[in-house]
Amino acid sequence: MNDAEAEAPADPVPRTRIEDFLVDYAHAIDDGDLRAWPDFFTEDGVYQIISRENFEAGLPMGILSCEGRGMMADRVSALEQANIFEAHTYCHILGPPRISEESPELYGARTNFNVVRTMQDGGSEMFAVGRYLDIIVVADGRPLLRERRVVLESRRVDILLVYPL
Amino acid sequence: MAMATAGDLSQPFAWPDAGVTRIPYRLYDDPEIYALEQRRIFRGPVWNYLCLDIEIPEPGDFKTTTVGEVPVIVARDLDGQVHAMVNRCSHKGALVCLRERGNARQLTCVYHSWTFDLQGRLKGIAFRNGTNGQGGMPAGFDPDQHRLEPLRVDTFCGLIFGTFAEEMPAIEAYLGQAMAQFVRRNLDRPLKLLGSHSQVIHNNWKLYAENVRDSYHATLLHTFYTTFKINRLDMDGGIVLADDGWHHISYAKRATFEEDPEYRQSKVHAVQYDSKLAGPRLLDAWEEFDDGITHSIQTVFPNLAIQFTLNSLAVRFFAPRGVEQTELFWFYLGCRDDDDEQTRMRVMQGNLTGAAGLVSLEDGCINEFVQRGVRGSGDQLGLAEMGGREVASSEGSRATEAAIRGFWDGYRRIMGFA
Repeated sequence: MNDAEAEAPADPVPRTRIEDFLVDYAHAIDDGDLRAWPDFFTEDGVYQIISRENFEAGLPMGILSCEGRGMMADRVSALEQANIFEAHTYCHILGPPRISEESPELYGARTNFNVVRTMQDGGSEMFAVGRYLDIIVVADGRPLLRERRVVLESRRVDILLVYPL
Repeated sequence: MAMATAGDLSQPFAWPDAGVTRIPYRLYDDPEIYALEQRRIFRGPVWNYLCLDIEIPEPGDFKTTTVGEVPVIVARDLDGQVHAMVNRCSHKGALVCLRERGNARQLTCVYHSWTFDLQGRLKGIAFRNGTNGQGGMPAGFDPDQHRLEPLRVDTFCGLIFGTFAEEMPAIEAYLGQAMAQFVRRNLDRPLKLLGSHSQVIHNNWKLYAENVRDSYHATLLHTFYTTFKINRLDMDGGIVLADDGWHHISYAKRATFEEDPEYRQSKVHAVQYDSKLAGPRLLDAWEEFDDGITHSIQTVFPNLAIQFTLNSLAVRFFAPRGVEQTELFWFYLGCRDDDDEQTRMRVMQGNLTGAAGLVSLEDGCINEFVQRGVRGSGDQLGLAEMGGREVASSEGSRATEAAIRGFWDGYRRIMGFA
């Protein structure tokens, strides 16, 4: 995120910054820079992975839910120190975001995504398909997620889900 | 109980002399044994978990599931009675219900429009009398002989079970008194579904049946609590086996429960768990029961488990999807009269388990590691002697494989593996 910001020319158009921000989020995870993940959110930001079925039924429970950067940081610490799983990487493929302006400081965005997971045996398979439903605040020209709801098309997870999407 | 004969398996199978302290690896990957399980277990004298009562609350509601590999419909008829039947048209064998859930007044097969009522009785055959006086079904055709194959149904504390066996005692007797009492503790109140998902694990279903009974591995494989120095204030609990060994309860209690009256008084407030968590509200909890039990998992043979972790109540159902694949369903529950804060606590505690469970996500891969490890193992055996060689309850210690031995003891009986 910082590289992209440093290189970008001063940009009066928040839309461009938001688009870069959404891409930076995906690249940070794909690059294994998980420590940076909570910093894409506001201090009390909300992150939830939920199936489309549960989302459309209005059910409150996701597959993974975080309230605030602290819980997100705990997730990262847990996967680094506590959780045991077979090594794998993600590659996010993002569709074009649909960004809507609520106010100069508040935006909504919907972005479709695919995540391809590559296991250590070399197999690359589609792991997750869905959409990001975001509420983004822009303060001092810097976008942050107040809320990211990751709505998965499928209710079924292959093996386990340990890295955030 | 029938014995496994040469006609059932092309390679004879005999249990090792050491009994259920030894588990032949062959049981995890032999397709013939898997096929025999479909007949002896899932179509045999067990109660299979079908779905939750709250998933089909209204007349006409239906849900599809599987019993072993067999596709099944669970439906509530227009009088409110629950029925279960094989989801296989009595004409050509096509699925009758294509949707996972829905509401209908009758069930119609899309192939030739044969129509069944919500009990599975054949009510309509398209062109039964032919057209223009030609064709149609023979005069002696009796629709009563061609209903959807029924399962017997029984409901206990909001759990709907079905069986293909004619002579089964009621589900409560199948559970036995101790098991039934604990199901009542956890589920005998108005419930609501908070969310659900499933997880495909690449292992034989029995590896998960063992894993969920394996109280020995909990603190060794799952290190979330110890890594974050979460002081659970728990003393070691125990293992209670059903009379026939194949269902079990594993529980842990809050150690300070009896001696510290402040805990009783603080019941209405969130319980504080001392930890190194940056987001400690993950573990906000409240005392829901007076018995001090904070963590429990209960199994019902063959493929159901009920978890109560702090306030996180979930039904886990693990469905065989082939010799080396299992789909593990998680149904997270709350009480209908929970307030918003209680719902929030249950939702956040849901992070501990499930496909992304901070405490237990390792179970998604550990059984696959066994499945891959036992390939090419021939007649080799696994070992289950922790806590002794008996099939008996283990009050006071969970460093035991007693419940695993109980599972295999029941499995041997029902499979006829002497």
